[in-house]
Amino acid sequence: MSTVLFVIYALAASGGALAVVLSQNVVRMAFWLVISLSSVAGLFFLLGADFVGATQLLIYVGGTVVLLIFGVMLTSSGPYGTIKSQPAEVVQAGIIGMAFLALVASTVLSVNWEANEVRLAHANDHAEHGHVHEVSEPESEQGYNPEESGNTTRSLGTALLGVRFDKDLSLESEDGSNHGHTHGNHEVSAGYLLPFEIVSVHLLVVLVGAAYLARAKRRVDVENA
Amino acid sequence: MNPFLLATSIENWIDSASFWPLSVLPAAVWAAIIHTTLVGLFFGLPAFVFIWAERKVAGRIQDRLGPTRVGGRFGWLQSLADGVKLIQKEDLAPNAADVMLFRLAPYIVVIAAFSAFMFLPFSAGLVAVAMDAGLFIALAVLSLEVLGIVLAGYASGSKWSLFGGMREAAQMVSYEVPLGITVVIPVVVAGTLNLGEIGALQSGGIQNWLIFSSPFTFLAFFVFFTVTLASNKRAPFDLAEAESELVGGFHTEYSGMRWSFFFLAEYASMFFVSALGAILFLGGWWTGFSPLDNWLLSTAQSSVGGDYLLRVFGMKILMVKAAILVFVQIWIRWTLPRLRIDQVMTTCLKYLVPMSCFLFLGAVIWPLVLATTIGQTSIWSPVGDRMPRSRRSGEPEVSSEVEGDETAMNRWNSRDSLVTVGLSTGEAE
Amino acid sequence: MENVGLEMFLAVSAVLFVCGVVCMATKRNAIGVLMGVELVLNGANLNLVAFSRYGSLGLDGQVMSLFVIVLAAAEAAAALAIVLAFYNNHMTVDVDQATDLQG
Repeated sequence: MSTVLFVIYALAASGGALAVVLSQNVVRMAFWLVISLSSVAGLFFLLGADFVGATQLLIYVGGTVVLLIFGVMLTSSGPYGTIKSQPAEVVQAGIIGMAFLALVASTVLSVNWEANEVRLAHANDHAEHGHVHEVSEPESEQGYNPEESGNTTRSLGTALLGVRFDKDLSLESEDGSNHGHTHGNHEVSAGYLLPFEIVSVHLLVVLVGAAYLARAKRRVDVENA
Repeated sequence: MNPFLLATSIENWIDSASFWPLSVLPAAVWAAIIHTTLVGLFFGLPAFVFIWAERKVAGRIQDRLGPTRVGGRFGWLQSLADGVKLIQKEDLAPNAADVMLFRLAPYIVVIAAFSAFMFLPFSAGLVAVAMDAGLFIALAVLSLEVLGIVLAGYASGSKWSLFGGMREAAQMVSYEVPLGITVVIPVVVAGTLNLGEIGALQSGGIQNWLIFSSPFTFLAFFVFFTVTLASNKRAPFDLAEAESELVGGFHTEYSGMRWSFFFLAEYASMFFVSALGAILFLGGWWTGFSPLDNWLLSTAQSSVGGDYLLRVFGMKILMVKAAILVFVQIWIRWTLPRLRIDQVMTTCLKYLVPMSCFLFLGAVIWPLVLATTIGQTSIWSPVGDRMPRSRRSGEPEVSSEVEGDETAMNRWNSRDSLVTVGLSTGEAE
Repeated sequence: MENVGLEMFLAVSAVLFVCGVVCMATKRNAIGVLMGVELVLNGANLNLVAFSRYGSLGLDGQVMSLFVIVLAAAEAAAALAIVLAFYNNHMTVDVDQATDLQG
């Protein structure tokens, strides 16, 4: 079932992205972008990232793309205007793009991720303790698994506020056994409180800056007229 | 399998019931059919009723009778007659239109309005997809509706439609901000984004409804209601259609079924935001009269199938509350004149945003003020006491996959309650 | 999710990334270039979330992708304001016409 869903979402995401590249009309590009981004949101849901998927839908699809279409409407000089590229440019970009895709895809598919995961865990053990006194099994090194721990909203929220439920304070489970790398580690990290604050200030700056740009241009228009 | 995928719960139910010899794929198909039928009922029926109500209320407000002939004395079947008329119309696309986008745009609108219902709990446990980010994702899906309208406006190839679409985009940019902030206010009071939990928190008497939890939430409800009028493109914010200036706005060039899709979506989203307001502020599926609720609960627990009937009763309560809010929306539409687009943006950005920010701050500070003056964080019983912590995902019967993960969920709950204790005592563990 | 591994998600994100890069390179409409940027960021996001699910870093990937989404929205707003300013000066959004600095 989830495999079928994955295939559908993956095809829609890739196909939408391809159509964005291939179509000439900007509003059609926006439509295909919506298809692609919504399918990526679907992939996020499949990966158990419900909050990230919802954010993707709300901010990207609902916000950014509407903003882009709004921009198209404000700037298009005629109905369904298209600005075409040179055919030679398109061919060049197509060839380079295919080569790049082949490179990236073959790299991604040739790496043995699980083995790297195990090696990374060993390296972490070395770094933390200087000696391998307890080799952790790869099973206990799994990432955040929503099937075990429900939804991600609370943990994400607390992570942004500086407390990591999934890492800090990870308590011993019922039978007393520790998860591999977390034994005795009860330091509280700052989580993502500082980046969160920086991003909020950044958003404010962008808001003021964009409003200033929009205002400045209107003043020039009035002076010219 | 993901717990919150649409088909999962019914698929599990069919698997566990084992009276139906089905493999996984037919089970998924059945689950899809059942879900779409259920959601379709909630989508279609309110629209059916509200179109009739709109005409009737409009008539009464304008000192007319409204529909009187189709289907008996009060014109009950007027919506059906409208629907038959619309289906018979020719489905045409203008020459100047971008035909692909023109044909697809109504589907985007309908799908957005349609899928938002997936996340709406109609009663305790009666929700298609129960998830912690439920409120957030419902708003996200609902906001996709705007995209379809803007695309429809652009693709029609008509200046009226283009104006309508641009107005809708400008209006959306201005109303989304106060909408987001006012929706966060009850979330701050309740401490959860899960709509099922927010509803469950408001049990036991009208004073527990979140609208009465502080003066700030009381005012926030009215800001929320105003903003939802704008999000539904209802008068006085119906700038995108504006019959008297823009012919029909974004739907000028549409006819037949595609035109009626826009209206189905409009009435469905009217009902949706009203139900959302009822859950967030007006006590959800609780009657607000605690002896009645308690009596219902006790009788339901002592009789066979009473639990289910209680849920259906709760759903009726929610629908009545939502219908009252929809009635107020219709009432406002036929009594207030339309604003200009600059007035809409002024209202939303210059007045409603500062107001909602102020109310948000007030709702955050209110428990602190109460704690220093009267020694407890709310005037009535604190919200956290009204619901058992272990049932935080709300709906044990429907979300059978949660039971499968019982131990994991318990471990998670105990973890985070321990963390809370650790934080409050100022030490890590 | 039994049959779908990390590689599949990475492959999809590679397609998104390459499409975004090609889109940035070939489109002459400034807003088309912006859409290419969005595609690239989405490919990266998909990577982050996939590693958060299959790797050992817990929620880190998801938090990162949240930041990316938020910053992408900010970037789109600022870039759109620049495009509008450009349009007001040149009456076009063709990026090939932006040759003022060549002297």
